[in-house]
Amino acid sequence: MKTYKVIGAGLVFLLGATFGAFAEDKPTDPQIAHIAYTAGVIDIDAAKLALSKSKNKAVTGFAQSMVDDHQAVNNQALALVKKLGVTPEDNATSQALVKDADKKRAELAKLNGNAFDRAYVENEIAYHKHVNGALKGLLIPSAQNAELKSFLQTGLKVFQGHEQHAEHVAAAQK
Amino acid sequence: MTALVLDRRQILLGGVAAALAASTRARAHNGTVHVTIENLAFVPAEIEVKVGNTIEWVNKDPIAHTATVNGGWEVMIPPGAAATRVVEASDGVEYYCRFHPNMTGRIVVRA
Repeated sequence: MKTYKVIGAGLVFLLGATFGAFAEDKPTDPQIAHIAYTAGVIDIDAAKLALSKSKNKAVTGFAQSMVDDHQAVNNQALALVKKLGVTPEDNATSQALVKDADKKRAELAKLNGNAFDRAYVENEIAYHKHVNGALKGLLIPSAQNAELKSFLQTGLKVFQGHEQHAEHVAAAQK
Repeated sequence: MTALVLDRRQILLGGVAAALAASTRARAHNGTVHVTIENLAFVPAEIEVKVGNTIEWVNKDPIAHTATVNGGWEVMIPPGAAATRVVEASDGVEYYCRFHPNMTGRIVVRA
């Protein structure tokens, strides 16, 4: 188990550094929209990897709900930015998130069986925890548009649910 | 046209009745109790039912939810759809959404 915790801790560090980039300059609404959308795409990609590798029903069930939920939330995000006339803007945080996630996914892809299942679920807990921390501490407080803020608040509830769901799956693996 | 002839007192009483209804637990109407799911919450969170009543969950979210009892039954509620369960004697329980366990609800069964 130690290996997974170390991998998780590494990701935690990377994410901390990623969102720390905005410590002085708050992200703008177009940047926030891009970060939130990117965070969803990253989790969909991780879930697709799990669906292709895992044979554990609890793990694939969790992964499928990540694909469905994040897709639905991102579809709503696209509809909202269109309505608001906001063009999502790529930024250093989105780019760092993608880079970290690519690295993590490559690590996970090398694992199989129970080792993969455990590492994937542990990573999902760490990932959601840190995206939730960023939503609460930075993205929601920084959002200027009321509808975007409200959308992010609902998104936070969805992601907090995912964090707990992942914790339940992890507890059943022990 | 009835609405046009309502006097002020009737409107006020209507408001009081609506406020009272909102503050008490939902009860069965025609044997069915409705629970709306919106923005990741069961509304009302607590319902009062009798054995044989039907509970109908209406999911207004774009994502799937469940009404799950730990070690017991589970009802799947697809996005934008409704699902039901006929109340049994042992249904006085706390339930949650298995996909989003931060969503919780409670069922009280009355004799």
